[in-house]
Amino acid sequence: MLLRAENLSKSFGGVAALQDVALELEPGMVHAIIGPNGAGKTTLLNLLSGVYRPDNGRIFFDDEEMTGAPHDFSAAGIGRTFQNLQVFFNMSALENVMAGRWQHERCSLAAALLRLPALARGERRSREAAYELLELVGLSRWADHASNALPYGALKRLEIARALGAKPKLLLLDEPAAGLNPTETRDIDRLIREVAARGITVVLVEHNMKLVMEVSEHVVVLDYGRKLAEGAPRSVSDDPRVIEAYLGCSA
Amino acid sequence: MSSFQTASSAAAPPSASRRGLAALALVAALLPLVLANAYTYDVAILVGLNAITCVGLNILIGYAGQISLGHAGFFGLGAYGSAILASRYGVPVPLALLISVMGVGALAWLIGRPILRLRGHYLAMGTLGMGVIASVVLATEDRVTGGPDGMAVPPMSLLGFVVSGEKTWYWIVAAALIAAVWLAQNLIESPRGRALRALHGSEVGASALGIDPARHKLGAFVLSAVFAAVSGALTAHYSGFITPGKASFLHSIELVTMVVFGGMASTFGAVVGAAVLTTLPQLLTVLKEYEMVTLGAVMMLTMIVMPAGLVPTLEKVLAVTRRKSV
Repeated sequence: MLLRAENLSKSFGGVAALQDVALELEPGMVHAIIGPNGAGKTTLLNLLSGVYRPDNGRIFFDDEEMTGAPHDFSAAGIGRTFQNLQVFFNMSALENVMAGRWQHERCSLAAALLRLPALARGERRSREAAYELLELVGLSRWADHASNALPYGALKRLEIARALGAKPKLLLLDEPAAGLNPTETRDIDRLIREVAARGITVVLVEHNMKLVMEVSEHVVVLDYGRKLAEGAPRSVSDDPRVIEAYLGCSA
Repeated sequence: MSSFQTASSAAAPPSASRRGLAALALVAALLPLVLANAYTYDVAILVGLNAITCVGLNILIGYAGQISLGHAGFFGLGAYGSAILASRYGVPVPLALLISVMGVGALAWLIGRPILRLRGHYLAMGTLGMGVIASVVLATEDRVTGGPDGMAVPPMSLLGFVVSGEKTWYWIVAAALIAAVWLAQNLIESPRGRALRALHGSEVGASALGIDPARHKLGAFVLSAVFAAVSGALTAHYSGFITPGKASFLHSIELVTMVVFGGMASTFGAVVGAAVLTTLPQLLTVLKEYEMVTLGAVMMLTMIVMPAGLVPTLEKVLAVTRRKSV
């Protein structure tokens, strides 16, 4: 297992957002987490990326127990995007992706201040690598534009390119298709397959069922903070409990 | 603090920054041709000293996106530290300056760890308090600091020669400013500078990429304090006299104003902001009682017309006209 979580629980001021959720993610697969609004999907993603600390339960990634802050989770190889965009709007598209590469080009304050020669060489390499990632997500023509000039759909893909800059083993995508039109959603579909083909395990939190059914190989259904069902996309979508959770009546 | 978010100010590419540095060196080299007397030299030196502080403060405010309303405290502590070591303990001035600056850096590191947990308005309040404490201590510990009346500061000697006279000081300050700009630009164009700017853009976004917010903010805070302390210590030895007023809240506000006026997230903006807001009051003295009113009006108008600050706005205008002419 690439990631294993045991009885994860998290509540906010008495509201149990997540209760006793266990999760096992096999490497190299596209996993999806679905569920009605308020089911705890984003909370789960925030626990898996270190943004929240669980009230109870443990997370193992690569057989190491994960604790600490988001940057520790990132260092271990867990990357993510955000439902409400967290693009660096004060930087160009290319610089956003270059910032994603921080862990692979980290330098001391002294080295940075004195512009040591190795740094200048690394800078060119970094620029090229970031440009390639922009090409992958189809944004290379925006490379030198200020990121706040990019359309919404492009920003979603920019966040994916930025997260890939950190070379994660596991990529958590929080509603990558929310607010996108069908064409843009197809781009995301293609991109997720591309990422998976590179051997990166993907966790997709998404409301667009068509996208989920098409790209994912393993689906986890959450409802009221509990795991309702999991399995292959077809078996999950035929599950009467899942249908009831979504439609609100017994099938 | 949302008002300190700059919309879009990409770091200048290295070539542009090298041109900027060359231009700054050229201006510094040619300026003595028009500096007619000791008074104009004095103003130019003051510009340089303020610019050193502002270049450092801009790393914190403009790039890392963290406010400080207490940096005059670091300026004052740097000045008094070096002055006291030199006058009361007979430490040679360059060494006293170095010890003082390192001491201020260490102090900033200690203060920064708890204070940088605050954000936005709370950070503004916290740093304001820090500056107030520094200036009160300097004003009341009169046995060491001379109290509100200030203290005389021994002159600096380098390689056995006593540094005196505006002309010599001009070159020292010019060299220090060019070094400060060079260091700041190197940092900003490095991966570390990118991490700082990312932090400004989105803290949670940056931390999801492995950038530790606390560590990087602290680095920027200490660095900006060191720049302020260098400027403070040089000011003390240049002017030969120092008062607690230099560490006051008002001076902190002046420094922040220079950074914002020149343009946040622009090293050269910090230099230009310091230059304009240091010389303008001198030029406006001809208006006598209307001086402060005019200064206020100029500042208000500039910020209304150019909310991004002088240098970023002019850069944008230049870029547009260049595109049109192509």
